[in-house]
Amino acid sequence: MKKKKPSSGGGLRRPIQKWGWLFLGPITAAFALGFVWPFLQGIYLSLCKFRLIKDAQFIGFGNYLSAFQDASFMHSFWYTAVFAIVSLVLINVLAFTVAYFLTQGIRGSNLYRTVFFMPNLIGGIVLGYIWSMIFDGILSRYSTSILLETKYGFWGLIILMCWQQIGYMMIIYIAGLQAVPEEMLEAARIDGASKSQTLFKVTIPNVMPSITICTFLSLTNGFKLFDQNLALTAGQPFVIQPDGSSIKTTEMLALNIYNTFYGQNTASKGVAQAKAVIFFVLVAGLGLAQLAFTRKREVQQ
Amino acid sequence: MKEKNGLAAERRTKTILSVVLGVICVIYVLPVLTVVINSFKLNTFVKTDTFSLPTGEMWAGFSNFIKGMTFGNYPFWKSVFYSTFITIVSTALILLFTSMAAWYIARVDSKICRAIYYLCVFSMVVPFQMVMYTLSKTADSIGSGSTIGNLAGKLGLSVSGPLADFALLPLNTPYGIPIVYLGFGAGLAIFMFVGFVKSIPLEIEEAAAIDGCGPIRTYFSVVFPMLRPTMISVGILEIMWVWNDYLLPYLVLDINKYRTIPIHIQYLKGSYGTVDLGATMALILLSIIPVIIFYLCCQKYIIKGVAAGAVKG
Repeated sequence: MKKKKPSSGGGLRRPIQKWGWLFLGPITAAFALGFVWPFLQGIYLSLCKFRLIKDAQFIGFGNYLSAFQDASFMHSFWYTAVFAIVSLVLINVLAFTVAYFLTQGIRGSNLYRTVFFMPNLIGGIVLGYIWSMIFDGILSRYSTSILLETKYGFWGLIILMCWQQIGYMMIIYIAGLQAVPEEMLEAARIDGASKSQTLFKVTIPNVMPSITICTFLSLTNGFKLFDQNLALTAGQPFVIQPDGSSIKTTEMLALNIYNTFYGQNTASKGVAQAKAVIFFVLVAGLGLAQLAFTRKREVQQ
Repeated sequence: MKEKNGLAAERRTKTILSVVLGVICVIYVLPVLTVVINSFKLNTFVKTDTFSLPTGEMWAGFSNFIKGMTFGNYPFWKSVFYSTFITIVSTALILLFTSMAAWYIARVDSKICRAIYYLCVFSMVVPFQMVMYTLSKTADSIGSGSTIGNLAGKLGLSVSGPLADFALLPLNTPYGIPIVYLGFGAGLAIFMFVGFVKSIPLEIEEAAAIDGCGPIRTYFSVVFPMLRPTMISVGILEIMWVWNDYLLPYLVLDINKYRTIPIHIQYLKGSYGTVDLGATMALILLSIIPVIIFYLCCQKYIIKGVAAGAVKG
């Protein structure tokens, strides 16, 4: 017989547990309905051929094979990866620079911070339309449009994401920078370190945790991007393949999955679900890598 | 002497920096200003003269706003109402139920609690595309004409129309969709609340128990008020998420009957070949004004909440 040691909440425990159904019930029901069931069903359906859920036929891993053979999916994967990395570098470098200058005690810091963060509150769809108007306003002078060239679509989305995300990352960096001990900076100054030496040898190593968080956040944000992509270009311009299928050149992973589900080909729902599972593994992998990375760093400190 | 020069030089660099950042700030606000000027411009000029002020023949007055109200075969005020309703109810539900569950999970060490907790953490890394199809089908099957509806029909109660949508809480209506948000958004909220509850000393609750409080009273009169800072952070994150969310309500709701603001704006472009850009900009302006007012009022909390949520990924 294992005798359990009374936990620290010993006196409190028994009466609480009688009410467990009340405290856990609502959330468990909603969670089962809104997450667990759709998730499990999603995994099962990725192994099936179906038009409607009720006539799903188990076919094994065929959908995954079709997903990897789908040229548009592979294109959107590489497009997304390049996008995520370019936006990661730009957003983080710019956000860190802004945060660094805003913590130097210059006049108007608070106002600037307010302004830089503001675009974050505007939703992705609205952002997409605002910027598509701006880009078309510029490009129409050269009688072209953001929908006509892949490179415009790519850089347009990069500019949009920078505008939206720099303020967000800046907030995290400011919190990190303010936590750098003042004595350390003073010690560096007394020892005669130059400004740039202090920045690279003292400040940056101390804000490493913020840098890790922001890097992973912008990476996963880049991978999961949907609303902005849909509203800005919706994948245009399209390129017709020799076999008649078309590749949407500015379509990212999430939008590709969406189009496979709800596009004209109603027989491809199984493939779409398989793509969604692959997408999930990718994004979850990034999330877990972040967790492992932060944990390791926490241990070191 | 040298020291003094150094100080003066530093002050000068600071002024220059301040000016440079000020200029960047102005550039940062330009996109919003472009929306403002174009919402007062006649449609034909939005594309050709995007960046000029709406003067002379371009001036459209408030006609874009008036047109926008009924533009796209769906009244705008309805979208505003549904967006507001869904955001408020979902956030309230999430705050109440996840904090209750989080307190229980943090205080009772059982297998079920641990299982729910880890499932919640897991749900945070699952992208919406993974469950979007099955979730929308689940919501439909528990939607109108669903099990509850059929059951009511069998009991001889024939219910239909908006009243039924309200009374039966089918998941594919604005009245039921908060339940979907509660399920899909529980992860982050539970994670943040559990972290906070664990930092509250147990003695306070024990004192309440000794004074004769049952668990329910302990929670609502003792623990609940202490959760305030996390409530604000979680609340702001959920408000920002639900208010701006496009895909979930688009897939779950019956679009002909119910639209939220992002769906409304997407539909302006989606269904018609030529878009009235002036009217679109007027609606975009109307939809971001409340957001900016909300931001300016609760800026401190918003920035704190966002920073707290980010640390958890």
